[in-house]
Amino acid sequence: MASKVKWVTDIEKSVLINNFEKRGWVQVTENEDWNFYWMSVQTIRNVFSLEAGYRLSDDQIVNHFPNHYELTRKDLMVKNIKRYRKELEKEGSPLAEKDENGKYIYLDFVPVTFMLPADYNLFVEEFRKSPSSTWIMKPCGKAQGKGIFLINKLSQIKKWSRDSKTSSFVSQSSKEAYVISLYISNPLLIGGRKFDLRLYVLVSTYRPLRCYVYKLGFCRFCTVKYTPSTSELDNMFVMIINFHGGGLVNNLRLYLESTRGKEVTGKLFDENGNYFAESSLWGCVCPVMNNDKHCFECYGYDIIIDDKLKPWLIEVNASPSLTSSTANDRILKYNLINDTLNIVVPNGEIPDCKWNKSPPKEVLGNYEILCDEELAQTEGAERDLRNRSGPSIGLKGSRTRETGKTALTTWK
Amino acid sequence: MLQEEEDLSLTIAHIVQKLKGSRLYSQLERQAWHQGNMLQEETDLSVIIAHIVQKLRSSRLSTQLGFQASVSLQKPEIKLESLKEDIKEFFRITGWEKKLQNAVYSELTVFPLPRHPAAPPEHLKEPLVYMRKAQGSWEKRILKSLNSMCTELSIPLARKRPVVEQKELLNKWNEMGTDEPDLSLFRPVYAPKDFLEVLINLRNPNYENGDHLNLRTHLGLIQVPLKVKYISELKDYFIELSLNTGQLGIDDATQVPPELFENEHVRLGQKVLAEQDSAAAQQYVRQGSPTALRAELWALILNVSNQPEDLLYYEQLKSNVIQHDLLVDSLIYKDVKLTASNDDYYFVFEDYLYQVLLCFSRDTSVLGHFAYNSASPPKSYIRGKLGMEDYAVFYPPNGVIPFHGFSMYVAPLCFLYHEPSKLYQIFREMYVRFFFRLHSISSHHSGIVSLCFLFETLLQTHLPQLFYHLREIGAQPLRISFKWMVRAFSGYLATDQLLLLWDRILGYNSLEILAVLAAAVFAFRAVNLMEVTSLAAAEAVLADLSTLKVMPLLQIFLFATVT
Repeated sequence: MASKVKWVTDIEKSVLINNFEKRGWVQVTENEDWNFYWMSVQTIRNVFSLEAGYRLSDDQIVNHFPNHYELTRKDLMVKNIKRYRKELEKEGSPLAEKDENGKYIYLDFVPVTFMLPADYNLFVEEFRKSPSSTWIMKPCGKAQGKGIFLINKLSQIKKWSRDSKTSSFVSQSSKEAYVISLYISNPLLIGGRKFDLRLYVLVSTYRPLRCYVYKLGFCRFCTVKYTPSTSELDNMFVMIINFHGGGLVNNLRLYLESTRGKEVTGKLFDENGNYFAESSLWGCVCPVMNNDKHCFECYGYDIIIDDKLKPWLIEVNASPSLTSSTANDRILKYNLINDTLNIVVPNGEIPDCKWNKSPPKEVLGNYEILCDEELAQTEGAERDLRNRSGPSIGLKGSRTRETGKTALTTWK
Repeated sequence: MLQEEEDLSLTIAHIVQKLKGSRLYSQLERQAWHQGNMLQEETDLSVIIAHIVQKLRSSRLSTQLGFQASVSLQKPEIKLESLKEDIKEFFRITGWEKKLQNAVYSELTVFPLPRHPAAPPEHLKEPLVYMRKAQGSWEKRILKSLNSMCTELSIPLARKRPVVEQKELLNKWNEMGTDEPDLSLFRPVYAPKDFLEVLINLRNPNYENGDHLNLRTHLGLIQVPLKVKYISELKDYFIELSLNTGQLGIDDATQVPPELFENEHVRLGQKVLAEQDSAAAQQYVRQGSPTALRAELWALILNVSNQPEDLLYYEQLKSNVIQHDLLVDSLIYKDVKLTASNDDYYFVFEDYLYQVLLCFSRDTSVLGHFAYNSASPPKSYIRGKLGMEDYAVFYPPNGVIPFHGFSMYVAPLCFLYHEPSKLYQIFREMYVRFFFRLHSISSHHSGIVSLCFLFETLLQTHLPQLFYHLREIGAQPLRISFKWMVRAFSGYLATDQLLLLWDRILGYNSLEILAVLAAAVFAFRAVNLMEVTSLAAAEAVLADLSTLKVMPLLQIFLFATVT
């Protein structure tokens, strides 16, 4: 009989441990031989750091890619998206199409964003176009709502201006890099409450790109009632951090279709009715990601929907929280991990990272293929043609195709 | 003016005549027949017409029609020589006739058929004396419990809020849920299981000393003889749910191509909405309402139009809430906290629930439904004037004392309406048409007693082994299913499934479907239930209904089981 998978984790969460134990895997410490390590992003930094000099062997896999921050650090994500847009535009891709106001029709899924202090002048230019707007400042390196604040006057961020007279006296740390994004001031409210949506995406390999979207996600509602007045800006922390859990995406769809009608709601969901059309994000990061065959990653997307039902991607997290607040929440996360393991550790046996990473359909569980470059290529041009015919299908189909193409041209 | 009124009654007579040919009417008639109250048809009709004219004459619609008629006089196509006909034609073209028709239809649906013109009004509430008595003593118990809580906590039933407090409440109107008052001393006045005990002890005194022939064979908890439908009658009644009829909740599943049923059904629904015809909408939702059309279809069936006046009325209720603090407010607050706030799907609507339920408790128009509800609104007397009718007021103003789980009647509607005033009107209409029957003792076919009896009869007749087994181990099925029916399954089913179920309640203007579903759930889990040996184990098997698909269950139980 084959020997058991030896696992380590530095995240003591029952949804993980129960899944490992269910498979009959054996827990070991990080200093022993291990096959599977579910680690925090801090640990992965050490593992892949030059000093550590750690080399993973063929039977070892971990739940992060070495440079996941290309996607999860706010400034880099924005940089990558901007670069991707330019590339597509240069190629004359239909994805880069713009509307009459000069806005990207398909690629405008992240709120207008600048980096501070680097883009300070560009930001000021944009700010002056609509001086009444509110912006949100987030420190580049921090996560989970730390260090976030809102501004609606230029004076509030004077210290990030380059020619600031006081800058020489301000210590470097207080001038640390921030991203500043247009605050979604017209969020969709349910029951008068603001919420965001959490979706999960699993990437099992970047070359070829193979990623899956989880059919179930959830909404996180603010405990404090939303008011657009800026006097309430101080409540921001409460709004972002103190979430209730619960509520499945299916119910969101039920609510939206009931109160807004089918047509507008349809725009938000794809033709299968399961998830948001956000896959083009992968086109942006693919080229810069280091594909390490020992790695996979399960990302959490935070999305805010505005009152016109346009989804905005706010953040991508490489270590989505596995803490659960309700029974439903726990079941969802347990199944998420279960389905993830079924895909990345076939049959729950000792991993061999040389395998081709294309699991049979039966093991996908609640995951659906979002993009599979190999599959897209082998299935040939005929499917592409067919996909291009319908407007919504065409969007998804061509997007998948473009993703592959861009990626290939870059990697050759 | 005299002319107009005569016109109105003529038009109503015409509409009643028209509706008489409809399916609904024949159902109403059959219902009357069952109750042994079939009158001679012609007298019957004129009584109905007189009654409806009476009701509509004082309505806003009547004023509007009068106004429209006088406006129409300016139009060139209205001629003096053919005034009556021209105005009728004008009403038809402008859609006012449709509005009148919907109003008449609404009256016909809500109000029970008049019995003999000389029958006393309490017969309209409940024809059986022992039922009326039972309801009366149940009300006394509720009041006693409410009063003793008042005394214990030394809280007045009502008080005017100081101005500061009024301002405060107004400011947090939209976020009452963030308030955490200490309600630990408050307890729900009663819970469904208390009510079930009352129903179990119901007896018909006429049977007391005589022959129990009828009931000796009934092994369930309900021991009063009531006429309920046999499965063959249910099949006939719910004919639109049969295997050969397209059904939302079945034929819209992802693996079924939408061309087969869904697309056409949606198109038809849009047509019904364009026609603005209540009767057509009611017929239509029997096959299920498309999610995107449901809110409007239900409003059409319930004849809720959300006019500026309605908004104004809602605002008035709101200001009544702001001005006065009632003891029932704490009960409502407690109930929402105990139920909806803990529900994974409804917690987000917590604030809407407070708004709707607090306004509801102040709404005196709800009192109107006590004309046909076996319950009567409790009275409270001004201090020192106890028992003097001149000093009596209804308490709470709407006459309805909330019980544990009451807020779940509102919660699912929050998925359909995001404007509080519209949400409010829909809920009020649903309550005075349906929900009140789920906690009043009556012999009505949609009343909770009949539902319990129907449920037990269905199980006993069609799943005798299961019924016998559960009874033997001390797990009477009604002890498990009662709470589902009292809440109309709200909070037990997934929301999309619940709305499909409520579609059928509206479509058939009947709550009987609740008893059928309860029986169908037992049938579906029969294999597991046969293995349990205790009430707790049986409850565990039936604890989670959130994965059930309502329509297939109903369809299989009614039409695909060999009987």
